[in-house]
Amino acid sequence: MELEILKYLIPALIMFCCGVYGFITRKNMIAILISLELMLNAVDINFVVFNRFLFPGQLEGMFFTLFAIALAAAETALAIAIIVNLFRAVKNVDVRNVNKMKF
Amino acid sequence: MDYSQFLVMSQELGLIAVFLLVFLFDTFAPRKALSATAPVVCVLFALFTVVNLLLPCCCCGSCTVEPQSAFGGMYVTNQALFTIKNILNVGVLVVLIQSIKWVNGPDQIMRRGEFYELLLVTLFGMYLMMSSRHFLTFIIGLESASLPLAAMVAFEKKKYESHEAAIKYLLTALFSSAILLMGVSFVYALSGSLYFADIAASSLETCPLLVVALVFVLAGVGFKLSLVPFHLWTADVYQGAPTSVTSYLSVISKGATAIAAFIIFALAFGEFYSEVWHWMLYAIIILTITIGNLFAIRQKNMKRFLAFSSISQAGYIMLGLIACSPAGLTAMMYYILVYIFSNLAAFGVIQAIENNTGKLSMDDYNGLYKTNPMLSVTMMLAMFSLAGIPPFAGFFSKFFIFRAAVEPGTTALYVLVLIALINTIVSLYYYLLVVKAMFIKPDEPVIARFRSALSERIGMWICVAGIVILGLASCFYSDIAAAVESGFNSLL
Repeated sequence: MELEILKYLIPALIMFCCGVYGFITRKNMIAILISLELMLNAVDINFVVFNRFLFPGQLEGMFFTLFAIALAAAETALAIAIIVNLFRAVKNVDVRNVNKMKF
Repeated sequence: MDYSQFLVMSQELGLIAVFLLVFLFDTFAPRKALSATAPVVCVLFALFTVVNLLLPCCCCGSCTVEPQSAFGGMYVTNQALFTIKNILNVGVLVVLIQSIKWVNGPDQIMRRGEFYELLLVTLFGMYLMMSSRHFLTFIIGLESASLPLAAMVAFEKKKYESHEAAIKYLLTALFSSAILLMGVSFVYALSGSLYFADIAASSLETCPLLVVALVFVLAGVGFKLSLVPFHLWTADVYQGAPTSVTSYLSVISKGATAIAAFIIFALAFGEFYSEVWHWMLYAIIILTITIGNLFAIRQKNMKRFLAFSSISQAGYIMLGLIACSPAGLTAMMYYILVYIFSNLAAFGVIQAIENNTGKLSMDDYNGLYKTNPMLSVTMMLAMFSLAGIPPFAGFFSKFFIFRAAVEPGTTALYVLVLIALINTIVSLYYYLLVVKAMFIKPDEPVIARFRSALSERIGMWICVAGIVILGLASCFYSDIAAAVESGFNSLL
């Protein structure tokens, strides 16, 4: 049982950490967005696994996952819209160009 | 399913009704009538505010709202929540009035309906966030409060800064909600439930996973509140966003998130886990107040300046959470009420000057008193109130929140309040820099004399009245205290 749950939790944790690493190091805004998706999906896996293995009698975690997926989709749509707007202004999607306001 | 439980959400339903009316008006009204969009929305929202204020007295005969819950306890309402929602309504009304001139500007006029729709949706999210007693509704509320705000920040399509601010706001908001969700998933793993009451009742032992979970939740909430290790987005977003949106972001959004944070930490992680997060919050408050103040000193742009000032104000608001008592919640709500008036007065002046001359730098304010005495006096009152000088409202809000924070009586809390007090003196310096620029510094060229629009003047008059009346009378404190008393035990 314990090994079984780790099989799912460790990949989720790796995904989350990759997401955090990517968010910090990537220069392309789309890549940053993908990193964010990785983090959010890791959370979804976590919820499902905890629900399935630790509390099999209920569905709270599953429902939370459904809502989290919908939220992630909404977030991505909005972020893409803003990135497209920004692309029109600076003609690329490199975060290093988005640094007019500082300190 | 029993649909009558939706009636418990009367305030949210009212807000959705206002939203739908605005949406229908914006979509179907004849072109000529559309020029009246802004006043129509203001009147609708004013009606909504007044009805909310009077509703409990007229319907039930008594002036208190019965504590009720819906959706299996996921949503609750009571007198305390009713009061804080009314306070936020007043703030939103002032923001709406102040934004009329900007919304009717040439770049926004095509999309002015959208501004109001997005704003009302974020307000709905904040309502939900404060009323939720389950992490699912909390997250939905939090996201529907923060996502449309990103669209609002990006509202000035032709201004590059607006987009830069929006992408910074959205990416940090997403990052923080991912971290918050991770924390919530750990909480779920430990306690097996997402109801705040069940989490509190499961009384877990302190284990490493619990500490990680609480750090993640605190970090996620701290991002939204711009507490210090997570504050870096604030100044950029405040500077780049349209001024109306900045004022909304700094006052309403921050106030609602602070109350929601109080509810999570007091209810879900209250009695049993407070030793885990108490010291984290302690350190964060000291950092927030101090660093916010120190960075505010060197700012030249008025909006950036107020951004750092609002970071340190968020630290003061969090003093109410560290007390974690009814007095703490009361002081927090009163602080938010006063902060709404003081900060909106400052933003009202900034907005009037920006709309008329396009100037935002503190140096442009030199000698403002000679040409625009009314604006200068309003700004001075706002600064005095934010700094906490006695006859004005800000002094009393700080007084109450300090008193609530030292109530448990431990030495550590006295030290915390002492640090906060010293920081108040530091903040006096930079708030007075603005006053000095306006009244003492002679400078050419001065901003020419102009007459601000009627809407801007109404907004500023409301704020000035709030600052002075709340300062001289402090009349609402006992009302809020009574509301919290009646609501606090039934918060669950």
